[in-house]
Amino acid sequence: MASAYDREDGLAPPQPHGGGPADAYDPNYVPDSVKTFVVHLYRHIRDKNVYEIHQMYEGGFQRLSDRLFRDTPWPSAEAVAPYCDGDHVFLLLYRELWYRHAYARLSPLTASHRSESWNNYCDLFSVVLHGVVNMQLPNQWLWDMVDEFVYQFQSFCQYRAKLKNKTEDELQQLKQFDKAWNVYGVLNYLQALVEKSMIAQILEREKEGLESFTATDGYDYQGGSNVLKVLGYYSMIGLLRIHCLLGDYHTGLKCLAPINLNQQGVYTIVIGSHISTIYHYGFANLMMRRYVDATKEFNKILLYIIKYKQYHQKSPQYDQILKKNEQMYALLAICLSLCPQNKLIDENVSTQLKEKYNDKMTKMQRFDDEAYAAYDELFSYACPKFITPSPPVLDQPLTNYNQDAYRLQLKLFLYEVKQQQLLSGIRSYLKLYSAITITKLAQYMEMDEATLRSILMTYKHKMHAVDSNGKIVSSADFDFYINEDVIHVVESKSTKRHGDYFLRQILKFEETIAELDKVQLD
Amino acid sequence: MASEQPAETYTVEELVAVNPYNPDILNDLELFVNEQVSSKTYNLDANLSLLRLYQFEPERLSVQIVARILIKALMAMPAPDFSLCLFLIPEHVQMEEQFKTMIVLSHYLETGRFRQFWDEASKSRNTLDAVPGFEQAIQSYAIHVLSLTYQKVPRPVLAEAINIEGLALDKFMEYHAANSGWVIENGTRSQLIVLPRNEFNHPELKKNTADTVPFEHVTRIFPILS
Repeated sequence: MASAYDREDGLAPPQPHGGGPADAYDPNYVPDSVKTFVVHLYRHIRDKNVYEIHQMYEGGFQRLSDRLFRDTPWPSAEAVAPYCDGDHVFLLLYRELWYRHAYARLSPLTASHRSESWNNYCDLFSVVLHGVVNMQLPNQWLWDMVDEFVYQFQSFCQYRAKLKNKTEDELQQLKQFDKAWNVYGVLNYLQALVEKSMIAQILEREKEGLESFTATDGYDYQGGSNVLKVLGYYSMIGLLRIHCLLGDYHTGLKCLAPINLNQQGVYTIVIGSHISTIYHYGFANLMMRRYVDATKEFNKILLYIIKYKQYHQKSPQYDQILKKNEQMYALLAICLSLCPQNKLIDENVSTQLKEKYNDKMTKMQRFDDEAYAAYDELFSYACPKFITPSPPVLDQPLTNYNQDAYRLQLKLFLYEVKQQQLLSGIRSYLKLYSAITITKLAQYMEMDEATLRSILMTYKHKMHAVDSNGKIVSSADFDFYINEDVIHVVESKSTKRHGDYFLRQILKFEETIAELDKVQLD
Repeated sequence: MASEQPAETYTVEELVAVNPYNPDILNDLELFVNEQVSSKTYNLDANLSLLRLYQFEPERLSVQIVARILIKALMAMPAPDFSLCLFLIPEHVQMEEQFKTMIVLSHYLETGRFRQFWDEASKSRNTLDAVPGFEQAIQSYAIHVLSLTYQKVPRPVLAEAINIEGLALDKFMEYHAANSGWVIENGTRSQLIVLPRNEFNHPELKKNTADTVPFEHVTRIFPILS
């Protein structure tokens, strides 16, 4: 416990840039309201009172930040230590909040701050990994921890890649703190949390009814700590996100594989985690040309957001929710333009989509520069903030390379679009016929027969994805086959899903009856 | 495979599984790429792990190994492995002449332009022939796309797609008639090859999954029924 005091020796207190109120910041001054906050939070953590911890974490911390620390940091961990018996683990948690607040409000941060925050995460995760933690923390906090860890990594990569306008001092700091946010370290911490928590095995055992994790929302009702298990669970989503940032979509999806998206899971409890999971899952599938998988999940989550966003208006994550919502509509517009699957889209989502992107989607059906520009625009708006993970080479002329990773992913995506650009033309022609000869269609489309045959094969190739088991699955909205020189078009009938429809009605009916019963009882 | 290593004899797959983010396995992964080439095997996960390590430490990147990975990825079509690899290779490396050629080759395969593909490939014989099984792998991809598209494919279209003609093609067709269920017919202008039926070239075979209800959905009404 005493070690908490030693750790920060020699570290200068944070100095936000610029003048203003920050000059008045005294890291050692602890206002009474903060004393009370720390005392209570510490007590609730010791009492394992998850409900109260959650209240203070979501509500109290935000309120105090808004009132007292709008543009200054919170008091230093050293200064609040007397109010929590100098508890080592509590102070690690406090610092985690401290840096998170600083990242959100006091940017730009220096390399030295970033490095301190990294060290704090290392200490915190090491404590968790070595199994000496018996706390119970709210899922929201644990999710935010993983999410913030990945965010700060991404932010550091962006920061150190912008070399052009760095001062001598900043460059010196980059050299000095070159161990911070090392990509191996970041990945290995998340991987270690996944493995040590045995979360994949837990989820596997849960399927056989041998363990409950999802049913208790990840908490342990026997009073055991949920921290390692839930951090391990969220780390799978963190790994998915990092691999997407690196352009490694296949590996990203592999990391997520233990989570079954077709079922309720712990990832849906916290809306931030729910959205991050689906956004990255959908994006990875889009890049892997599994448009149907992406479309289905985007549709589900967008519908969910329409229904539930009103309950999050006061949440600190509300802006983030709205932004990801918009981005996912853009990604959905891309998916549907490359691979029309309108019958998979719910009416409400479809209405919103039309409102937002009808013009763009009409453009994207064409075969010209404007179509291309529309794909470029939507992709650039909606893609993750890609990173270059390797450290800068500081003895060469200093340039900015923070856009390199994004430019590469964009370029490769536009290759794909180019390869598919002729397909929408084919689609609109073939929909007019039930059978047509290759010669005739080639004439209509003003191309030679060999080219037409190539395009028809391209359509087939691009509209048949290889799923995660290596199986070929069709994602075509309509189908055709060629018999020698004649193309036969087969319209896929839009079959009504009666079974599901009735099931849903039965449930609705039951709900209504239940409510009617209640009325009589009153 | 790692039998030269004295103490522990893990296979490369095990090494990747134990610790996918370990810079020390880079050399093992490079050797493993060469082994995949010589033994006609393939492991996308291991190759992506290697490209990832190159991404983290660009100064250790071996152009020759990357080239082999990309050729193996082309051979894995119709899977999107080639793009998956490109996503991880820095742009300035992709600008090198041999990679530009491979990107063009991939483009032709992705867009069903087999004639152009074989023309272009013949110019890079040296690199491609160093990977055993390249031609056969591309031929089976071509046949895959043909069988998604055609019920009956005219002989010249087949010939162009797999780059085999004349007597050799007769033999090739005979072999597949005996082993893969091809039937040879006479068409109006040329021989026709009747490809085996599948749900893609006979869309009516597609299982009508539309009105099956997954068991999980049914379970939701159990409480009501009881």
